[in-house]
Amino acid sequence: MWFLENAWLVPLVPAVSFAVILLVGKRLPKQGSEVGVAAVGASFVLACGAALQWIQRVADAEGADAEGGHALARVIGALGRSVGRLGAEEAHGAVVEPVTRHTTWFQNGGVELGVGIQIDGLAVMMMFVVTLISLLVHVYSTEYMRGDRRFTHYYAALSLFTASMLTLVVADNTLQLLVGWELVGLCSFMLIGHWWEEKPNSDAALKAFLTTRTGDIGLLTGVIMTYFVVERATGEGSFSILAVNEAATSGEVGHTLLFWTAAALLLGIIGKSGQFPLHTWLPDAMAGPTPVSALIHAATMVVAGVYLGARVYPVFWEGFSIDDGGVNLMAAVGGITVIIGAALAFVQDDVKKVLAYSTISQLGYMVMGLGVGAWTAAVFHLFTHAFFKANLFLGAGSVSHSGSHHSFDMKKDMGGLRTVMPTTYRTFLIGTLALAGIFPLAGFWSKDEILLGAGENGYELFLVVGLVGAFMTAAYMTRCVYYVFFGEYRGGDHAHADPSHAAGDEVVEHHLAEAQDRHEDDRLPVATAHAHDDGHHGAPHESPGLITVPLVVLSVFSVFAGFLNATAFDIEKFQEWVEPTVAFVPVEHHAFDWTKAVISVAIALLGIGASYAYYWLGLGPQRLAERNAVARAGKRFLVEKYYLDHLYTDVVVGFVKAPLARAAYWFNQHVIDNVLNYTGRGARALGRVTYDYVDQKGVDGVVNGIGLTTGEAGGAVRTIQTGRLQFYAFLLVAAVVVFAALLWVAG
Amino acid sequence: MTDFPILTTLVLLPAAGALLTLLVPARRPELVRALGYGVTVATLGVTGYLVTRFEAGAGIQFVSTHWWMETLGVRWTLGVDGVSLFMVVLTAVLFPIGLLASAEVDRPKAFLFWVLVLEAALMGVFLALDLVLFFVFFEFTLVPMYFLIAGWGHGNRRYAAMKFFIFTMAGSAFLFAGILAVGFLHRRDVGFLTFDAGVLTEWASSPGALSSGTARVLFLAFAVAFAVKVPLFPFHTWLPDAHTDAPTAGSVVLAGVLLKMGTYGFLRFAIPMFPQAAVDLSWLLLVLAVVGITYGAVVAAMQPNIKRIVAYSSVAHLGFVVLGIFALTAEGIQGGLFTMVSHGLTTGALFLLVGMLHDRRHTYDVAQYRGLWKAVPVFGGLFVATAFASIGLPGFSGFVGEFLALLGAFVTSRWYAVVATTGVILAAVYLLWAVQRTVTGEPDGDNAGMRDLGPRELCTVVPLLALSLFLGFHPSPVLDRMEPDVDRLLEHVEARSDHDVPSPAPGVEEAEAGR
Repeated sequence: MWFLENAWLVPLVPAVSFAVILLVGKRLPKQGSEVGVAAVGASFVLACGAALQWIQRVADAEGADAEGGHALARVIGALGRSVGRLGAEEAHGAVVEPVTRHTTWFQNGGVELGVGIQIDGLAVMMMFVVTLISLLVHVYSTEYMRGDRRFTHYYAALSLFTASMLTLVVADNTLQLLVGWELVGLCSFMLIGHWWEEKPNSDAALKAFLTTRTGDIGLLTGVIMTYFVVERATGEGSFSILAVNEAATSGEVGHTLLFWTAAALLLGIIGKSGQFPLHTWLPDAMAGPTPVSALIHAATMVVAGVYLGARVYPVFWEGFSIDDGGVNLMAAVGGITVIIGAALAFVQDDVKKVLAYSTISQLGYMVMGLGVGAWTAAVFHLFTHAFFKANLFLGAGSVSHSGSHHSFDMKKDMGGLRTVMPTTYRTFLIGTLALAGIFPLAGFWSKDEILLGAGENGYELFLVVGLVGAFMTAAYMTRCVYYVFFGEYRGGDHAHADPSHAAGDEVVEHHLAEAQDRHEDDRLPVATAHAHDDGHHGAPHESPGLITVPLVVLSVFSVFAGFLNATAFDIEKFQEWVEPTVAFVPVEHHAFDWTKAVISVAIALLGIGASYAYYWLGLGPQRLAERNAVARAGKRFLVEKYYLDHLYTDVVVGFVKAPLARAAYWFNQHVIDNVLNYTGRGARALGRVTYDYVDQKGVDGVVNGIGLTTGEAGGAVRTIQTGRLQFYAFLLVAAVVVFAALLWVAG
Repeated sequence: MTDFPILTTLVLLPAAGALLTLLVPARRPELVRALGYGVTVATLGVTGYLVTRFEAGAGIQFVSTHWWMETLGVRWTLGVDGVSLFMVVLTAVLFPIGLLASAEVDRPKAFLFWVLVLEAALMGVFLALDLVLFFVFFEFTLVPMYFLIAGWGHGNRRYAAMKFFIFTMAGSAFLFAGILAVGFLHRRDVGFLTFDAGVLTEWASSPGALSSGTARVLFLAFAVAFAVKVPLFPFHTWLPDAHTDAPTAGSVVLAGVLLKMGTYGFLRFAIPMFPQAAVDLSWLLLVLAVVGITYGAVVAAMQPNIKRIVAYSSVAHLGFVVLGIFALTAEGIQGGLFTMVSHGLTTGALFLLVGMLHDRRHTYDVAQYRGLWKAVPVFGGLFVATAFASIGLPGFSGFVGEFLALLGAFVTSRWYAVVATTGVILAAVYLLWAVQRTVTGEPDGDNAGMRDLGPRELCTVVPLLALSLFLGFHPSPVLDRMEPDVDRLLEHVEARSDHDVPSPAPGVEEAEAGR
């Protein structure tokens, strides 16, 4: 139990590492990276210990539960074989209490605000994922970021990022969760804007921070409301997550309050987890170093929203009446995001942006999964997605690091890299297949469960959405693999000089390409800073071990992680370990359906096939967008990202910044001030009549006449005698008169 | 120990210091400075002693009272409780820092004189428990501030100083009238003249002493004066001008302490004396607070002048304070009080940093600055950190205050709180945008050659930021000392009005222990 009870060490170690790196990092031989790697490594060990002890705890509880006659299940368990579906159902009667510890941060008028840990299967799973991915990113970065201008700061921020996310994960109350959440936002701001000398990068950082903070309005309101949810149920408010969940399931809380609480929290999720319509910051966040992108997209930041949804799921379950089926806000937001994210991935030239939109789409799956009542499936997808998405991002980083001169433009600077970068190619391919949901890789199991849940829980519409999304995912990832690893290598002589590229493309794309050029130039100072870099026109080569080893580790997980809940083979370990048994809602589990599984894999294969036919074989209407106005308009709509950025930047921000702020300021300067000026003028006119000498010296006279400003002591006394204070006395008297009259009237 | 008139010392020490400066010859500026540091640091020391001696929950303490003008019933009464304690501390902390920041000011003798007079007056404001005495101090802050802006400011400083003066004076006129009215109404009712805050509060809030119309008029009279000081929309327009053109030390003290005279006045006088009127009219104050929060933020976003951005941010921050106070719940008022302290630290630090920019480049124009993080990394790092402290990132004091204020407001005034939450994001918009434009990018021209912060400048900003960080992690020392007196205030309001303070949930600890 030691690891579970002391899980607070998991976030604390990287937090200390942050301070150490910041203070002494620059003086260390490896500029602080060794501290970061060691700290996250220690955290990872602690998280693994906690995971093992949690599994033991679950097994113990089941053992105790099975004591009364379910000997068979126990024998099966003891033999180490997977517990059968029947056995699992039985086992789920066992209640496994979370391990909690709590201490008061401060308390105020009866409101206790505390820090604590609530360690259960969900928290343990997240700790494992976060520390593992963070560790790999830390290792990978020692090579990828070598020679960077702010190497030490980078590692400090990385440590704080990990610590913040882990603070959020272990939180036993919504307030602590909010604190971790905000700190994650801060770190993303620092890391996305890591190369802030170039404006697009700091723009992207600001956009990420502000957009997620828009969602934070909802989160802040929602967290405050959770306090009142508990108060409504028990008479005493509390931020405790367990108490919130118990209150939500107790039936004592009105549906309206739960609905608004859920809606407010959902706004937070939309902001943080890149859901429509606040997803626009996520692709821009690619301005950060690639390992950071991997961390943001796989383990920290964006999944924080989904984690929140899973953490206080009973609030959503009751608030959105998820049990009823049909359509609800959460499922709808997720469903829309699945499609719009996937569609945008098709028109990206930047490999990282393809992956970014893919993340948006996959986060949509998770939110949709929560929305349709498939809790375990959604959380499972979070788990598997973390591995293959980190795999893909780090793979893209590897390509840019060693294959394309720090460019991410797959149309211009990549191609044909499968032979020169075999490890990167293979791991990337595994990640792609896992993401596409090909049997039996990780993504297949989790995505299939979400689809199954949607179908069986009365959300047929979202089953269709999920299938369409699966087709699109497979297709755009195949396109991506084609551009990066197949065809001719296009990065040989620098693409700037290659006119054939831009000439054939439409205006929009040209515009985009220019943007990409800038994007790429931003990297140049980094590129030249690399000590090992063998010149700017060096041949593409495989990345060194510090980069490929993390890729291999992640691709192993991408293949096998899904087997934790391979329901087809009656393995339900993930569900058994992770699904809460205390203060939870009756989510349904459905038997694996081979027909549906075959259909979904077939659809994914169809997507791959379509892309293959289009890109490899050149079938279908090539360059349709150039010939057909409708297609062109459609593509433009996508390239312009549904014009949402225009809406936000030009219309909303523009309005606030220009007309609204100007109008407010005009009101300020003219209306309010004029009232003052005229009053002042009127009073002064009156004053001139009454006290003729008031203005003789005037305002300036007072100032100029002050003896003290020239060092004379007597000036202070003289001031009191001069006009302004007389005027003041007059006003006082006048006010008293007016006031006396008012009082008399009021009686 | 009780014999030592500690509060009177707090007022008289800076005042004596001010008089002493007059004796120092003008050609010995180093003596003047030494005197200034000596006096303000000694005041800080006495304040520290006060804090250690302060007993949380003992109500008003260290009272010293003497007749001042016996025929008029005016007494020299000073006392301190949990509500005023940290205002005194804030004053004592900000003054030496302000002086340190203006070490290179010209005409140091006169400057120091006014600064010390201002400190004495501010101490008096937060300690006075006699209404007339309070008013005298309240007004007396105006004079030194006026001369500090007019004498050492820049830009359109005389206009700014005058505007500041007229605005606050106009408000004060109502305050003075209100004080006189309460005093004389009390005499008519009870038979003797007094301006003792305790006596008048007890009388004015008792049922039947004042008709509800009279109480409302009186409350509004107090409210106008305090609203101008806070400043609440639409009485705020003096603030940006005064700030922009004030010298750095003036801005620090103005934002850090002077504005709090208004919110403090509400808590100390306006609400306890006229509780029913305060409850009835709380909607008005809440509306103004919420308008201030959003309006201040929107207007701040478009300012080309970085000091004005910080100035308008004060309007928004103080909006949160008023929101918390007029929620009339324990959390709200504590949140408001805590935000007052926190805002003094973070905005003080921001003004110091902005002042350092002006020292170097003699402009506040945001567009003139670029790439400062690269050119002057220490400054850049501190500026970014202070901006995050100011927007209330968890870990800094601002978060605790704003969260408590919102939580408290949520109980009684839900929709105001929801609208106010938007201020949280707007704050990030204008401040981070300003930060982005100044510190990121490649430095060019004069920016590249700028010199980074020296040790003296670090000594001004770092303590404030460190305090903000400390209180962000460990707010209990402040909250625990405030809490009993806030509860007392609320009990009073509840007893003397139809306001039903939602009872704070007791037994949370037991529930926690039982888990």
